[in-house]
Amino acid sequence: MIEVTGLDVTFSDGRTSFHAVRQVSFRVAEGGCFGLVGESGSGKSTVLRAIGGLIERWMGEIRLAGRPVGPRRSRAERKLVQMVFQDPYGSLHPRHTVDRILSEPCTIHGLADVDRRVEAMLTAVGLPRSFRFRYPHQLSGGQRQRVAIARALILEPPIVLLDEPTSALDVSVQAEILNLLGDLRRDRGLTCLFVSHNLAVVAHMCERVAIMTEGRIVEEIDSAALGTGAVRDPYSRELLRSSEGYLAELADGLAR
Amino acid sequence: MLEVRDLHVRYATPTGIVAAVRGVSLTVGAEKVGIVGESGSGKSTIGRAVLGLVRPPGTVQAARLAFDGLDLLAADATTLRRIRGARISMVLQDPKYSLNPVQRVGRQIEETVRVHERVGGREARRRALEMLEAVRIRDPERVYRLFPHEVSGGMGQRVMIAMMLVTGPELLIADEPTSALDVTVQKQILTILDELVTSRGMGLLLISHDLELVATFCDRVLVMYAGRLVEECTAAALHRAQHPYTRGLLACLPRIRGPHRRLATLTRDPDWLGCPTP
Repeated sequence: MIEVTGLDVTFSDGRTSFHAVRQVSFRVAEGGCFGLVGESGSGKSTVLRAIGGLIERWMGEIRLAGRPVGPRRSRAERKLVQMVFQDPYGSLHPRHTVDRILSEPCTIHGLADVDRRVEAMLTAVGLPRSFRFRYPHQLSGGQRQRVAIARALILEPPIVLLDEPTSALDVSVQAEILNLLGDLRRDRGLTCLFVSHNLAVVAHMCERVAIMTEGRIVEEIDSAALGTGAVRDPYSRELLRSSEGYLAELADGLAR
Repeated sequence: MLEVRDLHVRYATPTGIVAAVRGVSLTVGAEKVGIVGESGSGKSTIGRAVLGLVRPPGTVQAARLAFDGLDLLAADATTLRRIRGARISMVLQDPKYSLNPVQRVGRQIEETVRVHERVGGREARRRALEMLEAVRIRDPERVYRLFPHEVSGGMGQRVMIAMMLVTGPELLIADEPTSALDVTVQKQILTILDELVTSRGMGLLLISHDLELVATFCDRVLVMYAGRLVEECTAAALHRAQHPYTRGLLACLPRIRGPHRRLATLTRDPDWLGCPTP
């Protein structure tokens, strides 16, 4: 469903340039969930934004649903991919009601039956219908992220890009959102690309995981292999150890 | 060292009084104590109340709030200023917002020394450089001259810690000191804190939402829910926690090792709001 071959992204402002993504290749089958992990600055979000059509210049090849796409997208191409961002406080328009936030994509894409779609979508993400005319500041962080997910899914895209969707949330709310994403993915047969710095979250959600550092994918493995610690690359090993709490042995005790 | 008994912090809002902290008691000695809880549980407010940083309309009330035998509630502003930064320091979450953006970082560390001690410029500079080295900054002379926007997040947080520790405080309150950092950098910062606690006999109150981090780093863990302490245990015994809230928090964490079934979610029992503090 998603095929990325030799993706290269360089940001430059005329004088200085920064090579953010270097020769990244991977593929995600239809209905699959693929994880990208790495630290800040590793290029994982840039890969996501290039696939989402939010970066103007890149080199390499990106194919979505079998067709090659460029940096500029037609309306039909945009309907293929939708994105959920990290910060539920920053990604919703503060002066738009939930109703307007969800209706706007439908209007832009000329979909009929907006009213029914909005209500159905609110129910699908587990929000009461009475929330339809609320503003973002009247919602909690978890509820806002549900609205952001609803906005991404209302166009019924086959591909969803998730950029740290639970990093700003408490662990209890994170569990609810991850469960919701898992259910929606199963019910709608979504293909997902999931970016996170949290290895446990990615291992939980995805079947395959790529570990990135300095713009490169250093290792691509099954998440089951991540669980058994069967990683080869020294950077992956360090990341795995660091994510197990301050003392790995004690964290093991907790997991049991 | 720090003694808090029956602490209440309330905020008067147009819609009524909000009780952020409701009857919390705790002590901190030369040890690492962690406070965990979700956002809004009142964990950061405790740190602020100890330092006398709760501003009106907030009010602080306690049966006892004492540091090293000194009553912090009765202390006047001058006494508090002498304690704050010198004997009790606080590290905040994000170095981006806590450092002065238009002053070189070395200068900012120096300022802390000069406010609290009668030292000359050369001595202050020596102490600042020494401290930068103590938080494992490789080239302290170079970093000394940088502005906050020129340092990375991890480096910025090390600068913050250096600034807070340069006066040799007896108690450090760290409010989410590593939440804005990558996991590998997080580990480095914690190692530095750990060494300083051990080598200086300092007390550390670590406020965090990260249960696993607190459980593996601290000696004791206090769990907060809706302004109250619902559980206190040694860090090693956290996985045997009794309170349903603590158990719920532990259960809803995804695990790298799986099994990757549906995550447990937290059902909040209204009884937890009124349960007695252990």
